[in-house]
Amino acid sequence: MTNPLESTAPKGRASSIGNEVPDWKPSELELSRKRIRSDQNRRNILIAAGSSFLVLGTLVSILITSPGFKSLSDTFFAWAYGFEILPKVILGFTTNLILTVIAATCVSIFGLLLALTRTSRSPALTPFRFLATMYVDVFRGVPMLLIILLVGFGIPSLRLRGLTNNVFVLGTAAVIITYSAYVAEVLRSGILTVHPSQRAAARSLGLSNFQTLRHVVLPQALRRVTPPLLNDLVALIKDTGLVSILGVTDAVRAAQISSSRSFNYTPYVMAAILFLMVTVPLTRFTDRTMRRAIERQNAQGLA
Amino acid sequence: MSTPVLEVSGLRKSFGKDVVLQEISFEVPVHTATVFIGSSGSGKSTLLRCINLLDGIDDGIINLDGEEISDPRINADEIRRKLGMVFQSFNLFPHMSVMDNITLSPIRVQGIDKEQARSAAKTLLSRFGLLEKANQYPDRLSGGQQQRVAIIRSLALKPRLLLLDEVTSALDPVLVNEVLSTVRDLKVEGMTMVIATHEMGFAKQVADEVCFLHQGRIVEYGPPGKVLEDPRDSRTQDFLKRVHEAGRL
Repeated sequence: MTNPLESTAPKGRASSIGNEVPDWKPSELELSRKRIRSDQNRRNILIAAGSSFLVLGTLVSILITSPGFKSLSDTFFAWAYGFEILPKVILGFTTNLILTVIAATCVSIFGLLLALTRTSRSPALTPFRFLATMYVDVFRGVPMLLIILLVGFGIPSLRLRGLTNNVFVLGTAAVIITYSAYVAEVLRSGILTVHPSQRAAARSLGLSNFQTLRHVVLPQALRRVTPPLLNDLVALIKDTGLVSILGVTDAVRAAQISSSRSFNYTPYVMAAILFLMVTVPLTRFTDRTMRRAIERQNAQGLA
Repeated sequence: MSTPVLEVSGLRKSFGKDVVLQEISFEVPVHTATVFIGSSGSGKSTLLRCINLLDGIDDGIINLDGEEISDPRINADEIRRKLGMVFQSFNLFPHMSVMDNITLSPIRVQGIDKEQARSAAKTLLSRFGLLEKANQYPDRLSGGQQQRVAIIRSLALKPRLLLLDEVTSALDPVLVNEVLSTVRDLKVEGMTMVIATHEMGFAKQVADEVCFLHQGRIVEYGPPGKVLEDPRDSRTQDFLKRVHEAGRL
């Protein structure tokens, strides 16, 4: 009989050179640690479940046992009625989605132009730089509802020929005006975080100022500000509901019409659910993008 | 005598009240290497940045191939295409592969055909043993590899003059050697260079002229055998003694 150790020894060495996992068995110590770790895990899960049950249970029981709960569920959660008017609210919600797509496209263009103007150092752009700074200051500092009212009711009252009275167009314009200011600031901060040595390297390779921006600075800046930009997109989607104040029949307005006919608030809840169905997945997606961005940055720090 | 590639005379540079460089004059003939040594903050990096027109100067003249490039009316982008610069911190573009880092300027600035630029880059990469890294991103490379890619990136423009700014200061001792041997190869091939470094042994090997910078002035200037072996100025002697004590000679 051959000694089993003798025959496995060279094989083990060869496999460790090839970077494969050699015949490794966890030691007694490691096995006992494993048992302790799984005990600790089990205990943590139990604690998490217990505390969730306690907190949520308390909240729900306070809600259900409150004296007004019956009337509340009748006026806010009349599901049968809710499903009856749902098609109208969904129809309105498509307006919100269309508005979001149009606004997001225009905002990316205007926001980028504003950010580039504010970060440029060209003497020819001095007046534009001043105007862009003022623009951002004003439109970030005023409630969006006011902008919507000013644009929606102010522009038609000018009675200028060629300007539209269409509330959808005016509402969209107001949203674009406001969000361009927000997005411009996010983009500007991204541009400023790209280290000056990157510019120096690009310029020393003979790239012009514009080429440096286009090929070196902006790609890095955009990558860094993707998570906050997605945040702004979520905010934009829900803020499109504000244009209902001009009479645009979006989800909010459609819910309002149904609600004022029946004196029941369930349509509002239905509209809220529609918004959540879009914003919650997008928020989760944003979280994931942000986590990845942080991981990537940390990995770069190590290298 | 043919015109030197680089002539600097009476250069002065200050940041506010802080005078960083003064009375700087030297010449770099073709195919030679001029090495600047001196402690940190003596103005070596600033001098290279001034030559590359990344920083403006306060007085003096810089001539490249007999043409004055310190004239404020000059097109700085065009001049920088003739100068290669390699930085202490590599400064590779992290969002581009090694290949794109190298071909960016030839394609965008020199207008070279994309395929032609890529094959030229491949030739350079294989010459420096980095061909298999062509499609990697900079964060996948070691510091030494990154710095060699940065050197290749500046060579891709076929510069008249290469400026090397403490290219080994961010590297560990093992990686220092691979970068230095790359620079030595360039010297053998006849590249004209201005080098700022802390590596005295390396300075001795590649330099035709060594300049010792102290508080923004050139206090000693000459062949490496003289400046590094038998310095006459007491400040140079003091500096080399301290370098020696630190074990870097």
